[in-house]
Amino acid sequence: MSFVGLGRDEEQRMLKEIGVARFEDLLAAIPQEVLLEHPPRIPGPLSEIELRRLLGRWARENHAAELVSFQGGGIYDHWIPAAVDALASRSEFVTAYTPYQPEVAQGTLTAIFEFQSMMAELTGCDVANASMYDGATATVEAALLARRQTGRKRVVVAGMVHPHVLAVLRTYLDPDEVSHVGDTAGLAVPADVKAALGPDSACVIYQQPNFFGLVEDPPALHAIAHEAGALAIAVCDPIALALLEPPGRTGADIVVGEAQSLGSPMSFGGPLLGYFAAKQSLLRGLPGRLVAETVDRQGRRGFVLTLQTREQHIRREKATSNICTNQGLMALRATIHMGLLGRLGLREVAELCVQKSHHAARLAAGIPGYALAHEAPFFREFVLRCPVEARRVVEAGLEFGVSPGINLGRFRPEWKDLLLVAVTELRDAGEIDRWAQTLHRAGGAR
Amino acid sequence: MIMPRRLLIEQGGAGHRGPALPACDVPQRPLAELLPGVVLRAELVFPQVSEPEVVRHFTELSTLNHHVDRGFYPLGSCTMKYNPKIDEELAGLAGFAKAHPLAGDDATQGCLRAMAEVQRLLAEITGFAAVTTQPAAGAHGEMTGLLMMRAYHRSRGEGERRRRVIVPDSAHGTNPASVSLVGYETVVIPSGPDATVDLDALAKALDDRTAAVMLTVPNTVGLFEPRVLEVTRMAHAAGAQCYMDGANLNALVGRVRPGDLGFDVMHINVHKTFSTPHGGGGPGAGPVAVAKHLEPFLPTPVAVLQQDGRVRLDWERPQSIGRVHSFNGNFSILLRALAYMLTLGPEGLAEVSRVAILNANYLMRRLAKSYDLPNPQACMHEFVLSGRGLKKYGVRTLDVAKRLLDFGVHAPTVYFPLIVEEALMIEPTETETFDRLDHFATAMERIAVEAAEDAELLHQAPHTTPVGRLDEARASREPRLRWSIP
Repeated sequence: MSFVGLGRDEEQRMLKEIGVARFEDLLAAIPQEVLLEHPPRIPGPLSEIELRRLLGRWARENHAAELVSFQGGGIYDHWIPAAVDALASRSEFVTAYTPYQPEVAQGTLTAIFEFQSMMAELTGCDVANASMYDGATATVEAALLARRQTGRKRVVVAGMVHPHVLAVLRTYLDPDEVSHVGDTAGLAVPADVKAALGPDSACVIYQQPNFFGLVEDPPALHAIAHEAGALAIAVCDPIALALLEPPGRTGADIVVGEAQSLGSPMSFGGPLLGYFAAKQSLLRGLPGRLVAETVDRQGRRGFVLTLQTREQHIRREKATSNICTNQGLMALRATIHMGLLGRLGLREVAELCVQKSHHAARLAAGIPGYALAHEAPFFREFVLRCPVEARRVVEAGLEFGVSPGINLGRFRPEWKDLLLVAVTELRDAGEIDRWAQTLHRAGGAR
Repeated sequence: MIMPRRLLIEQGGAGHRGPALPACDVPQRPLAELLPGVVLRAELVFPQVSEPEVVRHFTELSTLNHHVDRGFYPLGSCTMKYNPKIDEELAGLAGFAKAHPLAGDDATQGCLRAMAEVQRLLAEITGFAAVTTQPAAGAHGEMTGLLMMRAYHRSRGEGERRRRVIVPDSAHGTNPASVSLVGYETVVIPSGPDATVDLDALAKALDDRTAAVMLTVPNTVGLFEPRVLEVTRMAHAAGAQCYMDGANLNALVGRVRPGDLGFDVMHINVHKTFSTPHGGGGPGAGPVAVAKHLEPFLPTPVAVLQQDGRVRLDWERPQSIGRVHSFNGNFSILLRALAYMLTLGPEGLAEVSRVAILNANYLMRRLAKSYDLPNPQACMHEFVLSGRGLKKYGVRTLDVAKRLLDFGVHAPTVYFPLIVEEALMIEPTETETFDRLDHFATAMERIAVEAAEDAELLHQAPHTTPVGRLDEARASREPRLRWSIP
C-alpha cells in the first residue's frame, strides 16, 4: 500500500508518451551496482487495522500518560480547549506548505501575522517572527544575533537556565565561549553576572521564570547587560508573561522561549514551538520567517512573507540563519489558543497556576521531611527537598496515579533529593491531595 | 453582502468571552502575598472574542488556503504527497500525546520503542549504521551532520586545517547557510553543462583543507548524479567526508541506498519522503543517518535497544556533539513517519519511487512540447523547465505561476535552482493520478498559448483567488509586522 492510484493501461500510456519500453529504462543514469535487487527489509505492509493495534499497544506502554501529571521542566500539562484541536486539525492548514504563493495562502499568512502580533504584545517587544523549532534553538538564534550585532563572542548565561537550553548553546557555540554564572538560593545574582561580563561579552541570557520556577529580577539583569555593552536576552514562559511584567518593557533586547504551553500537547517533547521577539532596531538581523501586511492591486488587505533577503534561499552563506521552515502548525495552535482564551482567560490561567502551585507547596511544607528548596517567589513550579531520593517519590506516585514531579537527580547527582513540581490550572484539589499523599508515603509516614 | 474579513483584534470586545475556566477550588491568597516584590504587568492588549466567532474566524481563514487535500501541489523539492489520515489519528493517541519527555525511561517505553523503531527503519532504508531523530527539520539536520563531521575531523587532529565545504552551485540555500553556521567556509563549484557535478572543478577544489563535499542526489534539476561513486571516491581520497542532502530521497526510496553511494552522512526530510504533513511550513523533522565511524558523535541521548527488549536513553557518549533540541526532536512527527513506513512495507517503498519517477517523466515529456527543457535526459522524481521561451511575449515564469492558481493547482517552485533561467521546478509525487497529471499538463499548455495570444491575462493573474497579486515591495519598505489596536 503506497497511496498510489495507477492502472496498468494508464502506465502503458505514460511509458509510450515518455518513449521508453520499460520503467527500468528511466534509471540508466544509476550505476547498476547500487540498484537494490530487493527493497530494504523493513516490516509491513500493515493495514490500518493492524497498525492501530500495534501503535495502540505501544501507546499503552507509556504508563506515564495515564498518571496525573505534576511534571514541568519546560514542558507543561495545560488545558487545550476543544476548539484548538478541531480547528488546527483542518486539512486546509495541515496539508498546506510554506506560503510561497500568497494569493492561495492567506489563511496561513493571516494566522502567522496574528501570532506575531500576540507574541510581540505578550513579550513587550516591537516585533516577533513566525516561530522557531523550540525554546532551545530560539535561544541559540538569539545568542547568534547578539554576536552579529555586537561583534563580540562571549555568551553569558545567568542563573538557572534550563540545563537542556544550556546544553544546546554549548553544542552550537564553542563551549569556551559560553560562560555560566551559577545561582545563589536559586536566583541569578546581578553582581555575580556583572563580574563575569567583559569587553568580549555579546549578551546576558536569563530565564524567567527560571528552571526552578523562581521569578528573577529582569530590570536589574537588563541594566547590567547594557552597562557592559551586551544585549539582554530573556527566555520566558508565555503563560507567565500573561501575569508578569513583560521583559521587553524593561529593556530586554530579545525575548525568546518555548510556547508549547500555548495549546500544544506534550507529545514526549515534540514538536514544540520556539518563539522569537525583539526590539525594532534588531529587525533586519532576525532569523526565520516574517509576515507583513500589504494590499493587492485592488487595494484589498493581504499578507506576505517579507524581508526574505535575510533568509537562506536568497542570501545563502550570508543568511542570518540556516532555518528554512518554522513550526507553522504549532504557531497556529498557539494563535487559536490565545484567541480563545483572550486577555482575561490567559490571565486567569496564570493566576490559577500561581494559586494551585502555592497551595501544593503549603501542603508539602507540612509533610514531615519535606521542605521548599528556595525562598524566592515562584510561578507554577517549585523545587521540593525530599527526605528520600526524589526518584523514590516518583516511583511512589504509581500507587496514587500521579506523576509527582521531575527527579532533578537526572540532571545533576547532587540534586538527587530534589523534586521539581509543576501545578497547572488542570489540577484540582483532589489531585493535589493525592499528590500530597504520595509525598507522605514516599517519605515514610502513613 | 459579505461581511468584511477582520483580524481577531478587530472583533469582539469587552464582555465577549471564550470557553470558561473552572473556579479556583483551593484556598486562595492575594497575589501580592504569594509573589511579594514581583512586578505584575499593567495591561495586555489582546482580543476578547466569543468561541463561536473564534471558530468562524479560523474556519474562514482555512478556506483561503490551497492544500494537498484540495488539489495538485507540484512544488519541486518539497514532495507534496498525500498525508495519510490514519497517521494523524495514531500520533494523537493519548498514550503518546500525554507522555512527558522527562517522565523517565520506564514510564515511556512505548515512546522509546517507537523512536528506536523509526531509527532502525530509516537506517535500513538509507543504508547507514545509525540514525538520530533529534533534529527538528532538514536544515537542522544539515547542521547536526556538519557538526558530526567537524567532530570527526577534530578527533583526528585535522579540525583546524579542514574548514572548507564544497557545494555545487545547484544546491539548496540551506547548504551554504548551514556551513556558515558551524564556522566553515563554503566553496562553490560550477555545475557541468548537463547540471551534474563537473569532476574537473571538483578535483581542483578538493585539497587537504576540505572538510566535506555536500551533494543533493538526485540533484536539484532532478537528475541522478551519474558519477556519484567517482565523486565520493575522490572526496574520500582527499580525506574529506561526504554529506548527502536527502531532500530528494523520494526518488531513491526502496531502490537505492545513499549509504551504498559512498556517503558518510545524510539528513532525511520526513515531511517530504515519509509523508508527514507540511503544516503550512512545519513542523517537519530532519533525522540524520550516519556511517559507522560517525556513530560516536551522534547527539545525546541515543535510544538504545537492550537485550531484554527494553529501550534506554544512553547519555554516556563522551565524543557526542551534545544536544541539538530541547527534548527528543519532533516525536509525534516521527510517529507519523513510522506509521507510514509500516503501511508501505518493502514493496510499497519501491512503489513510491517507481511511480514518482514515472509521473515526473510523463509530465516532463508532455510539457517539453510547450516549454523549454534545458536537460533532456530522463529525470528522476522532478524536473526543471525554463520559461525563457515566453520572454519574447513579455511573459515571465512568475506570470505562469500566478496564472496556474486560476486552474486550482498550486504553482511549481519558481526561480530555483539558480542555474536555470526562469526556472519552473515540478515535482508531481507518486500519489497523483494520471487524470490529475493530465489536468495540470493541459493547464500548462493552455497558459503557453495564452502567453502568445493575451500576455495581459497572465500579467493580471491570478483572477479567481481570494486576493490578487500582493504588493511585496510595499510590505518590505516599512514592514507592518503586527496588528494595530483599533
